[in-house]
Amino acid sequence: MEELLNKNEHWDLELKPRTSLLDINLKEVWQYRDLMVLFVKRDFVAKYKQTVLGPVWHFIQPILTTLISFMLFNVVANIPTDGMDSILFQMSGIIIWNYFSTCLTNCSNVFVTNASIFGKVYFPRLVMPLSIVISNIVQFGIQLLLLFCTMIFIGIYKGEQIYIGWAWLMIPVYVFIMAITGLGLGIIFSSLTTKYRDLSVLLAFGIQLLMYATAVNYPLSFIAKKSHKLYNIIKLNPIASLVDGFRNAVLKGNVDFHSLVYPVIFMTVTFFIGMILFNKVEKTFMDTV
Amino acid sequence: MSNTVIKVENLSKQYRLGEIGTGSITHDVNRWWSRVRGKEDPYLKIGDVNDRTVKGDSEYVWALKDINFEVKQGEVLGVIGRNGAGKSTLLKILSRTTTPTIGSVKIKGRIASLLEVGTGFHPDLSGRDNIFLNGAILGMTKQEIKNKFDEIVDFAGIERYIDTPVKRYSSGMYVRLAFGVAAHLESEILIIDEVLAVGDAEFQKKALGKMQDASTQEGRTVLFVSHNMAALSTLCTTSILMQYGQIVAQGNTRQIIDKYISAGIHSEGEILQDEIIYKEKSSKAFFNSIRVICNNKITNLVGIGDEVIIELEYTIVVQDTILNCSIHLLDNFGACIFATTNLASANLLVDDYSGKSLQMGRYKSHCKIPANFLNDANYVINAFLVPKDNHDMASVENALTLSVTETGEMRKEYTGQWIGMLRPKFAWNTIFVG
Repeated sequence: MEELLNKNEHWDLELKPRTSLLDINLKEVWQYRDLMVLFVKRDFVAKYKQTVLGPVWHFIQPILTTLISFMLFNVVANIPTDGMDSILFQMSGIIIWNYFSTCLTNCSNVFVTNASIFGKVYFPRLVMPLSIVISNIVQFGIQLLLLFCTMIFIGIYKGEQIYIGWAWLMIPVYVFIMAITGLGLGIIFSSLTTKYRDLSVLLAFGIQLLMYATAVNYPLSFIAKKSHKLYNIIKLNPIASLVDGFRNAVLKGNVDFHSLVYPVIFMTVTFFIGMILFNKVEKTFMDTV
Repeated sequence: MSNTVIKVENLSKQYRLGEIGTGSITHDVNRWWSRVRGKEDPYLKIGDVNDRTVKGDSEYVWALKDINFEVKQGEVLGVIGRNGAGKSTLLKILSRTTTPTIGSVKIKGRIASLLEVGTGFHPDLSGRDNIFLNGAILGMTKQEIKNKFDEIVDFAGIERYIDTPVKRYSSGMYVRLAFGVAAHLESEILIIDEVLAVGDAEFQKKALGKMQDASTQEGRTVLFVSHNMAALSTLCTTSILMQYGQIVAQGNTRQIIDKYISAGIHSEGEILQDEIIYKEKSSKAFFNSIRVICNNKITNLVGIGDEVIIELEYTIVVQDTILNCSIHLLDNFGACIFATTNLASANLLVDDYSGKSLQMGRYKSHCKIPANFLNDANYVINAFLVPKDNHDMASVENALTLSVTETGEMRKEYTGQWIGMLRPKFAWNTIFVG
């Protein structure tokens, strides 16, 4: 009789050695949404605490990078920009690339840097990478604002034709694909690096190399003209299509939906692989990190 | 329906020792290969008991092995054990920061763990921001924190500093704030690890009171791990004693504490030369043995009504040393109850060798503790050999334990709990004065 009673007993939580691969508790992540918001706020507030310029740094970094890239690639190397203003060309490429690369690097370190918190308290670990992606969106938004200001400035000052139109509605789509790809790749890296740190070493310089293979400072069309083989290799990198597409949409209003197919498939696959790995690793990573 | 809120069944946790590097890849591959063939994990069959002091054969140890226990609602359960007994691993599993290797834990209700105070505190954020952040990390919603905000600030007593970054706080303020947040959690089950070891005495009292309220008034279940026996005994009704990853005893906290004390320390009533661990060594003399003698037998279990002799046997290795012996008797919590020595003016008898230049050789000194003097409790003996100038002395802490048990001799009338460190039988008389 007691056996029967025990079987019917309801337990809110059962901790067991192994759970199924796809046991991802999104409802729980939703319950912790307040925490996610607070992490975003923390990242944002704490980043430039005790600095004189504060949030102005969000502008200084892309401005300086843009100027350097402009000098190197457009003035010195004289690479064409597909008819877009070179300053705007560089800046738009840099801010969207920055978004992706910070998402990827920060997500890939999520277990190692947060080991002290993760080791002491339970909350759905996915909250952490999600908050990273979101807090970087805020930063990206600020830099996008800078881009718009620069566009207006250049439009007035240089008297160039500036595109304003419906294609801007595609910005969130590009950012979304970037975000999920960065998140997916990031959590794959973070899951694989908890035990063996080799991959984080690879990622540290890999991401720098990837930038050159991502058409940040040059248009894809330029490569296509130079070498078709190289163009095909670069097209394997979904981020290259995204950066190029984003730039064309914002500055020229050209949206090529075909070029989005591959990045979307890539995003979906990496995201699911990432979720499965992350879910498997998050439960025991404290023992191996 | 039973009111068990935590049920731990066959819980085991295995850890791999040593570094993770190239070597661990072969094990991982091996493990994966046996899983592919549908076989059991080969490394689960091996594994040593987790005694950290002994060098084992296996790279794998069981930090926890076959743990079974239940906790009822509103119970405050103490977890006692030496360092390395598996307490923290148990708490880690319960607080979901790691998973068991074998077995399961079933939990009813929300569970919050306090393995550390101030987890996730950001030094650059203000006290206010950190309250929200820390609260959310511990599982509270924004609304819950808002409702409790004033209470938390009041509890921590930091109202004036609430908008200052916490890195400017004194460590006491920091800890008070952190504990304040944790203490106002609204979970049904609270897991607490050693957090009381912080703050001043007043705050500790406040924190202890808060935890007591949590169980007695709010009906919450508390799991409390600590080395602070005084806190454990006031807070916990029942306790479990862990050793080498296993539960060795379970029951009434007072009894468990007694067991814990006597289990770890030498319990034979005698300790010999090569077993003695010195706190300080002397170049002039060393102990050959320290023993407790009662009714002409060497034992550490004595009755209330027994006369107890503590015998120190020692060798003097430097000619013409002037030296006296000394004994400290401590209670379970390490507080000294008395210190006694064979210096002439502190001795009831005349000791022929006290204060004299001694020649090299072996000596035995006896200290007689009268019958009907000690209470029904466990005591710890520290022994000292002190040369005349107080320098270069030999000291042995926790040399022996002494368990004094009730014999009923003084219990013919009063049978309740007899408080006090000692239970001396003194001379009483009463006269009628009007």
